[in-house]
Amino acid sequence: MAQAAAHQGADWFEARDLAAFRGERLVLEGVSFRLVAGGALLLRGPNGAGKSTLLRVLAGLIPLAAGALLWRGEDALADLSHHARRLAYLGHQDAVKPGFSVAENLAFAAGGGDTGAALAAVNLGPLADLPARFLSAGQRRRLALARLPLTRAPLWLLDEPGNGLDDAAIKALGALSDRHRAAGGMVIAATHHDLPFPGAAQLSLT
Amino acid sequence: MTLFFLLIARELRLSLRHGADTLAALLFFFLAGTLFPLAIGPGPEELARIAPGIVWVAALLAALLPLDRLFGADFEDGALDQLLLSGLPAAAIALAKACGHWLTTGLPLLLAAGPLALMLRVRMEILPVLLGGLLPGTLALSLLGTAGAAIVLGARRGGVLLPLLVLPLAVPVLIFGTTASAAAAVHLPVRPHLLLLLAVLAVLLPLAPLAAGAALRAAAE
Repeated sequence: MAQAAAHQGADWFEARDLAAFRGERLVLEGVSFRLVAGGALLLRGPNGAGKSTLLRVLAGLIPLAAGALLWRGEDALADLSHHARRLAYLGHQDAVKPGFSVAENLAFAAGGGDTGAALAAVNLGPLADLPARFLSAGQRRRLALARLPLTRAPLWLLDEPGNGLDDAAIKALGALSDRHRAAGGMVIAATHHDLPFPGAAQLSLT
Repeated sequence: MTLFFLLIARELRLSLRHGADTLAALLFFFLAGTLFPLAIGPGPEELARIAPGIVWVAALLAALLPLDRLFGADFEDGALDQLLLSGLPAAAIALAKACGHWLTTGLPLLLAAGPLALMLRVRMEILPVLLGGLLPGTLALSLLGTAGAAIVLGARRGGVLLPLLVLPLAVPVLIFGTTASAAAAVHLPVRPHLLLLLAVLAVLLPLAPLAAGAALRAAAE
C-alpha cells in the first residue's frame, strides 16, 4: 500500500502541532501525524485524552486553536464544505432515524443512489425495509458503518467503530476498511479495542 | 444542489412519519382562533373587525410549536454532524430546514387560515388580502424560526428561550401583515403594506440562513 503513495497524485493528510480547546480546557496539544493513501492510524489513549476531540478537529467540526492541517500540502480547513466532501465521519452516535427504514436511513448519504451493496457489506441486506427503531444497538452501529462506503470519501474518521459490534461485524468492518485502503483511502480510528486494520500506525494521546 | 433537494425530501419524509407535529400545529391554530369568539363574544361586527389579527397571531404562535424539534432531534442523535459533513454549506442546511418547516407547517397553516377566517366572519373582500399577506408572512416566520431554533440549540431550556427570541423579531411581520388587512377593510390601498412584508422577507432570506448556519456550526463544536 506504500507504493500507492509513492506515485504522484496520491492523497496524503498531515497534521502539524494541532491544539484544540474543549470549552475552557486545552485537551489537545502538539499532535502531529502524517498519513498517506492506503494508510490507517489508530488513536489510543485513556478516557478523556482527546481522541474524539481530535477526530472532530480533523473533520473540521471543532476549530483549531493552533497548528495546521494539510491535505496534499494545502490547508485542509480553508473551505469547510470542500473538506467535508472528502471525509466520512462516524461519531459516538449512530445518527439513525427510528422512523425511517434501514434503507431510507442511508438514502441521504447515498445521494439518492443505490444502498443495496452497502447494506450487504454489513450484513443488513435482509433487513432493508425494517423500520430502524426495531434494530438492536449493534445493528444500528452496523447501519452507521454502511454509510462510510456510500460517501465515496477518501478519508474515514471513526470514533470507537467497534462499539457494540459482534465478532462477525468486526470482521465486516475490517473488510470494509481493507477495500477502502486498497482503493487508496485512509482510515483514522479512535479505539480501545483491537481492530483488524493490518499495518495501522498508532498515535498515543495522553 | 441535488443534496439540497434531497435534504428537503428527507425533512418532508421525516415529518410524514411523525405526522403528529403538523397536526398538532394545525389543531392549536384552530383552537387558539376559536377561543377569541368565546372570550370576546360572537357579535359579527366586532369579530369581523379583529378577525384578521386573530388569524395572524394564531398563525404566528402555531408556527412556533414545531420549532424546538426542528434541529433538536438531529442534534441529539448525531445526525446534525452528518448533515454538517455532507458537503453542503451550513447556511444551505439551514435554508433546507426552513423550507421543510414551511412545507410542513407554514403551508398547512396557510390552507387552514381560510376556513378559520370565514369561521371568524372575515369579510369576503378582505380574505384574499389576508391570505396574500400570510403567504410571505409564513415564509418569513419559517426563516426567523429556523434562525431562532439554531441559536438556542444546545442551550438548556431552549424550548422556553425560543419564543422569547423569535416573537420580538416577528413583530414587523405581524404589523405589516395586519395593517394590510386593516387597510383593505377601509378600502385603502393594500399594496404598500404587502410590499413592506415582502421587503422583510427579502432581508430575512439571506440573513436568517447565514445566522442559522453559523449557530449550527457553533452548536456542533
